[in-house]
Amino acid sequence: MKQKKAIHAVLAGLAVILALVAWSPAQAQQKNIILSTTTSTQDSGLLDVLIPIFEKKTGYFVKTIAVGSGQAMAMGQKGEADVLLVHSPAAEKKFVAEGYGVNRRIIMHNDFVVVGPAEDPAKIRETKVAVEAFKKIASAGTLFLSRGDKSGTHSKELSIWKAAGMKPEGQKWYQQTGLGMGQTLNVASEKKGYTLTDRGTYLALKKRLSLDILTEGDAILLNVYHVIEVNPAKWPKVNAAGGRAFADFMVSKEVKDIVKTFGMEKFGSPLFFPDAGKKEGDLGK
Amino acid sequence: MDLIFEGILKAFHLLFTLDAEVLNITLLSLRVSGTATFLSLLIGISIGTAVALSQFPGRKLVVSLINTGMGLPPVVVGLFVTIFLWRNGPLGFLEILYTPTAMILAQAVIATPIVMGITLAAIQALPKNLRLQILALGATRLQMVWILVKEAKLPLLAGVMAGFGGVISEVGASIMVGGNIKGYSRVLTTATVMETSRGNFDVAIALSIILLLLAYFINLVLTHIQQRERPR
Repeated sequence: MKQKKAIHAVLAGLAVILALVAWSPAQAQQKNIILSTTTSTQDSGLLDVLIPIFEKKTGYFVKTIAVGSGQAMAMGQKGEADVLLVHSPAAEKKFVAEGYGVNRRIIMHNDFVVVGPAEDPAKIRETKVAVEAFKKIASAGTLFLSRGDKSGTHSKELSIWKAAGMKPEGQKWYQQTGLGMGQTLNVASEKKGYTLTDRGTYLALKKRLSLDILTEGDAILLNVYHVIEVNPAKWPKVNAAGGRAFADFMVSKEVKDIVKTFGMEKFGSPLFFPDAGKKEGDLGK
Repeated sequence: MDLIFEGILKAFHLLFTLDAEVLNITLLSLRVSGTATFLSLLIGISIGTAVALSQFPGRKLVVSLINTGMGLPPVVVGLFVTIFLWRNGPLGFLEILYTPTAMILAQAVIATPIVMGITLAAIQALPKNLRLQILALGATRLQMVWILVKEAKLPLLAGVMAGFGGVISEVGASIMVGGNIKGYSRVLTTATVMETSRGNFDVAIALSIILLLLAYFINLVLTHIQQRERPR
């Protein structure tokens, strides 16, 4: 008897859950776009400006999921996103070559900078070459904070270590935060360490940090953002039309004009430079 | 210290100017966590009471599982709910990933064992003879259960507060299954995480203060109900 009642109660509970689930706003599926993006586009506030314009124009609803470039591509690989906005060129090329993504198009660039404490114990301020700066940090054995999260910034950092012919992992002076760029900058600032950062995030947080830009302007430090549509041939549930519409919007003149001046007011200089239509090899020349 | 002061000022500024975005974020937090707590009450109290009042083989195991569930890490719940709700996952056909509904689901999973465990303890703590007495007075089984639940009101409301407190304050599951989408699935905790990583510490502190105030007022109301008539 008792048990029967308990079962009834459980069934009633489940019924309520199902009702709630079914009642969930049933926006037409094709109207939703999942945009998987690197954190810098969200943390800098750029997407907060661009997405409302796109939504108003097209009637699509964009679900922005801000993760590192690595995770963004992992989501694309599983067909759990429709369009990606990422900055990890080597991994992107592999992603497209393996057939997970199509139509990789350039959007904009800015650059990475090596930041560290003003006292600069490793004396990297004199060098303009990122590889040299990294070598100096290593030989001085001063603290270096790595993102360690497979983000675009992390893979750029690894490629610089590789170019320097070094394997810093496991060294005492090399620590991985596993956090986003903003939080990693906070850690570097608190612990007086060096780190590699995109210029946009650094500028946005600069006033709270005791970190200076020490090395900049090297060609290896170029930071390029691409938009990639997830290949609907691999995953039929992908909203291909929506992904295409967003990618087209991102390379439009309208976006170009917004990107060109975005951040001027707040930071005194633009955070990104629009490149739509250019070739990647022509940048930085 | 300046920063905290700035944050407090910002909080009052946002509150008194009724900032539309903050207001929506606050209301969504309330809606999601409130609904999740309500669901957890339905399931938690019914199963908790049923387990408390019955004897069956393996009961100790069930009770220990429920008690372990009271400490279910939100991030683990978030991970599994996400995997289940993926487009190509087992529940993908529901198409609710990155919606408030998914957040309600995840938070209900977190809160249910909390409510269940406290219910279990509360009902079991009632004197054994009470049941016999109630039945002897001619009550049906359902009436008996109802009277017992009413009798355990004090600890049960503590369970409601613990469940609600657990979900309104969690961030791991909400950010994973909700996606922190502006104007759609952004709640107080996920907004705080984002503003922190944006370096807007004053806004982050302001949101934290609003969250604390919200939690305080909800608990004030619940405490009022709890303490209204003292149990004999």
